[in-house]
Amino acid sequence: MDTFEVPPPATLFEWHRRMLRIRHFEMAIERLFTEGRIGGTAHPAIGQEAAAVGMAAAIKKGDLVTSTHRGHGHFLALGADPGRMMAEFFGRADGYGGGRAGSQMMADPSLGFLGANGITAGSLPLATGVALAFRMKREPGAIITIFGDGASSQGVLHESLNLAALWKLPVVFLCENNGYGMSTPTDQAVAGSDNLVPRAATYGIATSQADGNDVVAVWQTLKEALAHAREEGPAFVELRTYRLSGHSKGDPRVYRSRDEEAEAWKRDPITLLENRLELTEAERDAARAAAEDEIVAAIAFAEASPLPDLATATCGVLACKY
Amino acid sequence: MRNETYTTLIRETLAAALRNDPRVFLLGEDIGTYGGAFGVTRGLIDEFGPERVRDTPISEATIVGMAIGAALSGLRPVVEIMFMDFLTLALDQLINQASKLRYVHQGQQTAPFVLRTPTGGGRGYGATHSQCFESLLLTIPGIQIVCPATAADASGLLQTALTGEDPVIFCEHKLLYPRRFAVPATLPEPVPFGKARVARRGEDLTIVAWSHAVLLAEQAAAQLESEEISVEVIDLRTLAPLDMDTVCQSVARTGRVLIVEEGPMTGGVAGEIGFRIQEQVTGQLTAPMRRLTAPDAPVPAARTLEAAMLPSVASVTAAALDLATF
Repeated sequence: MDTFEVPPPATLFEWHRRMLRIRHFEMAIERLFTEGRIGGTAHPAIGQEAAAVGMAAAIKKGDLVTSTHRGHGHFLALGADPGRMMAEFFGRADGYGGGRAGSQMMADPSLGFLGANGITAGSLPLATGVALAFRMKREPGAIITIFGDGASSQGVLHESLNLAALWKLPVVFLCENNGYGMSTPTDQAVAGSDNLVPRAATYGIATSQADGNDVVAVWQTLKEALAHAREEGPAFVELRTYRLSGHSKGDPRVYRSRDEEAEAWKRDPITLLENRLELTEAERDAARAAAEDEIVAAIAFAEASPLPDLATATCGVLACKY
Repeated sequence: MRNETYTTLIRETLAAALRNDPRVFLLGEDIGTYGGAFGVTRGLIDEFGPERVRDTPISEATIVGMAIGAALSGLRPVVEIMFMDFLTLALDQLINQASKLRYVHQGQQTAPFVLRTPTGGGRGYGATHSQCFESLLLTIPGIQIVCPATAADASGLLQTALTGEDPVIFCEHKLLYPRRFAVPATLPEPVPFGKARVARRGEDLTIVAWSHAVLLAEQAAAQLESEEISVEVIDLRTLAPLDMDTVCQSVARTGRVLIVEEGPMTGGVAGEIGFRIQEQVTGQLTAPMRRLTAPDAPVPAARTLEAAMLPSVASVTAAALDLATF
């Protein structure tokens, strides 16, 4: 058993509901692609719902978050409207980017979400700059910048860790180590260690690791990391998790065995939480049905949303029209 | 009026912004006590302190990314990238992050920051410290490109950049830094983007240039005057936005145009301007358009090789004379 503080059952039920919302949203996205009803690309985060919901539960009002190409879960966890997200996939005017952002760039600063990011590690310098602004404006906020094990080999991670440490900036570098950078296993991409902690520790940054499939552990670890970031300076958290879905829609997952996946499914974060809550089969089914209903409604909202006005396709590149 | 250097006017403008706008701060390598590789920020740390004149590690991508993050948080960062050549290290942040924010987020997130950087050759610094990347930057919608040719414009355009709403790449040619120009006793007026300057009136042909090449064009024009060739010189001031109206009005009147660019020819800004001229002033050209650029080759280190390659007063004069007598 863990030694973490456990929140009251009502909170855990809410987290369960949010995790199911993410799961059913991502399943719907995969289904809609297969059916040809949406296009482009998407990177589902099935299996990583606890990391998202635990993270979102740890932030305070005024804190901010940047995410990755695999960002639907983070956005939903922070309170995004599934209907408006779905509308973005359908390229509709009510989407979070009015059809401009797609899967990889949705954002809503009012929810603390500065956006997913189509470039691996692309948001890390930006988040470090937001943290600098918190310090310079003497504001109490902190920012969580999420990245994957794959991004840990990008140069800007090291530049950002170094700068954040030098300037004691209120930023939490949150690594979701899901075992694979697309198809490449972490152990084929990361030298020197079987985990990512040394990459941050070398800059003198406070580090911690947690089971990314345990929403309570994620929440507790990030609360501590955020407190450290606010008071002392940057923190680094590695969440060990597993991407149960493929890298993106249409990934045949030839780089790993179905046996490996079956093992990983035994640690499905939603099942782990349901076990903690001692839910009956009927309660689990009811919660899943409610989540599915919500996503069906989101799809209906999206399909009813108007298409963007084509005359606006090139508007707003700059503030000034020259 | 007074005679003052391009460097001094940029420094005075930065100082005024730091004094008057608490959101403004400077970020870059060796910009504090050292004062920047070209001395532009010299002394500013003494007045404004290390919090607002921030020396950074050598991490161009993250410095630019941090400026984006600070800008979208409501601050007004001014980044110095020590040589334009080093901008390559930060291109992801410029291309994939800064330039996309406003459009993709429908104005909910914007990055009004200024990136100052020394450009161009003429100092024997070699292939990786002499480049002009204006043409590369011109391919990025959402970025404004400013290339002042005079001290007054350096100040006036920088003032506009500092109060704007979008990312600005502010190109400072190294050969302009020590040049003295007549400027007002106090800071010059702000200069709007997208308004070219007629640097010299003329009737027989138009030379279009920006940044240091404007000075080459003005000197060439002065030489050609003795041969009774009247040259109009247009200083574009900003490449994005690009003031084609002023260019086309001039070319329609003179019928002949030479575009001078210090960067390589292929894919250059000159080609873009030329194409736009032929779209807009067809039928009024009395000679084929010309461009004088660097060749498609790296900039060599040896002064003699470099001088042979980059546009000069002599080569601009020769090209203009050739065009005038076509």
